[in-house]
Amino acid sequence: MSATIAEIVAVRVPERSWRSEVRAVRVVWRRDLIRFADDPRMILTWLLQPLLFLFVLGPGLQSVSAGSTDGVDLTTFMFPGILCMALVFSGIFSAASLVWDRELGFMREMMVAPVSRWSIIAGKCLGGTTIAASQGVIVLALAGLVHVPYDPVLLLGIFGLQLLIAFTVTAFGVMVATSIKQAQTFTSVVQMLVMPMIFLSGALYPVSGLPAWLGVLNRLNPLTYAVDPMRRLVFNHLDISEAAHRRLAPGVTWWGWHVPSLVEAGIVLALGLAMLAVAIFQFTRTE
Amino acid sequence: MLTMPAVSCAMKPFTPLAIEVEALVKTYGEVEAVRGVSFTVARGEVFGFLGPNGAGKSTTINMLCTLARPASGTARVSGFDVAGERDDVRRHIGLVFQDPTLDGYLTAAQNLRLHAELYGIDAGVVPARMRQMLEMVDLWDRRDQPVRTYSGGMRRRLEVARGLMHSPRVLFLDEPTIGLDPQTRSSIWRYIRALQEAEGTTIFMTTHYMDEAEFCDRIAIMDRGEIVVLDTPEALKASVGADRVALGTADDDAALAALRDRLGIEATVVEGAVTFHVASGEAFVPRLFADLGVGITSVAVSRPTLDDVFMRYTGSTIRDAETASATDRNREMARALVKAGR
Repeated sequence: MSATIAEIVAVRVPERSWRSEVRAVRVVWRRDLIRFADDPRMILTWLLQPLLFLFVLGPGLQSVSAGSTDGVDLTTFMFPGILCMALVFSGIFSAASLVWDRELGFMREMMVAPVSRWSIIAGKCLGGTTIAASQGVIVLALAGLVHVPYDPVLLLGIFGLQLLIAFTVTAFGVMVATSIKQAQTFTSVVQMLVMPMIFLSGALYPVSGLPAWLGVLNRLNPLTYAVDPMRRLVFNHLDISEAAHRRLAPGVTWWGWHVPSLVEAGIVLALGLAMLAVAIFQFTRTE
Repeated sequence: MLTMPAVSCAMKPFTPLAIEVEALVKTYGEVEAVRGVSFTVARGEVFGFLGPNGAGKSTTINMLCTLARPASGTARVSGFDVAGERDDVRRHIGLVFQDPTLDGYLTAAQNLRLHAELYGIDAGVVPARMRQMLEMVDLWDRRDQPVRTYSGGMRRRLEVARGLMHSPRVLFLDEPTIGLDPQTRSSIWRYIRALQEAEGTTIFMTTHYMDEAEFCDRIAIMDRGEIVVLDTPEALKASVGADRVALGTADDDAALAALRDRLGIEATVVEGAVTFHVASGEAFVPRLFADLGVGITSVAVSRPTLDDVFMRYTGSTIRDAETASATDRNREMARALVKAGR
């Protein structure tokens, strides 16, 4: 034993530079991925709810809605919304690991390392985005079951949009996680926010012809601007009647103005960046 | 006149001090957790912080390792200011906290690799260094098992291995052996000592265990946010002065009375023995036999222990402090339950 110690391997810690930050982002990111890959049960749990909505609720409601969908299957209509729902769930729940890290102590290991706090948050957002997007890909793989074609252009488009949405919902989760100290509080706050946001977003119904109050809440809901471009993207690649298109994917309007998809995507990105900034601010402020 | 600042600047890199603390204060709202402590720790020294719970030990450690900002005063670790040069401080310190900070879902090897990468250790030396650290704490064979399957003692050993992974100049240990069995405690001490000899690491620790405090080169006893005394364990024990004399007698009540009346000593019966303190116990024993006039069946003279020192300077026994730390263990257990129910 003394021999081992005498020939000890010398190491040194380099001065902090931008490289340390890149490393820190990568470490936090990779840790999330390792844990995700190690526990496949988690994947199933997170996907269970969106899939229930799609494959149980959708066909169940088909009979009552058949008259108003102009021949389009209700599950086809719901699919883009369900994609967003899966992203929301997995993005927010992977952000929850931040709360657990604080509660179970690992946070301290990162806090005392010679790296800045913003890289920890950035790594966390990157990790959550990757996990959420890969969950999204699993849902996307089921497209054929709900009559959405496997058109490469469409798939690529959806994937790109998924990355953006995954980033923003993760940033939202991380923002909530940095302002909440206890895991239990996090869970209840998230539950209080997530389901209303999904219901108000138009993920499960068309956003045209809503009662006035619901229309207002829908336009105020950030998730609306994620669901809408996703649905428009999918519907542009469906072989359906003009009437069905108008009725089911009318697009979001502001005082009669049709908000273009690009603007909607811009809103999602801007929100994500703003929430990331708030998260970083809150995280660097705590001791 | 002109050379004065130049000299002091030139000397700075060669300072033999691992830690310099000057009038350090930390307040939380109205509460002054640390009320102006000053001390220095030499390079390679094993320095112990002793004190009842809530004395400000952990707060001081948190300030030294840049986790808490001092309200006033200065502290330098390895020559760097803890407030102004945080990153440089962090590069040169290792930490083992009383609460676990490992990722239980990852394996031991993954935990160490993450650590090495966070600290930017050259990837070429990581496998060799990791093997050495894991072998030192006897966990090499279990490196690929998730940490959540480890026992409490194994986790703490892994924390020590991780804390030393990047060759810190100063290793901070906040109650490193709390709640561990004596065997694990002594092996943790063996690792710490071995590394300290090999790499000249300075050790700064807090502990509730008196026998561990004995291992320290110097001890600071902290109470209510202040350092009440700081010296080597020997000097501290000498400062208490009196030896403890415990007598078995034929008649304890008569012995107590005789001690009071004839020798002017107030004694008490502790665990069945008439016990009192005198300056040099062994020299006092012959006088006892000559003057007491009560049958003596046994005599035990003992040197003052650190328990006596602790008692004298803080007015409480270390056992009270340990009861308080048992509460910490319960908290840890509750946390594990929360985790299991996740």
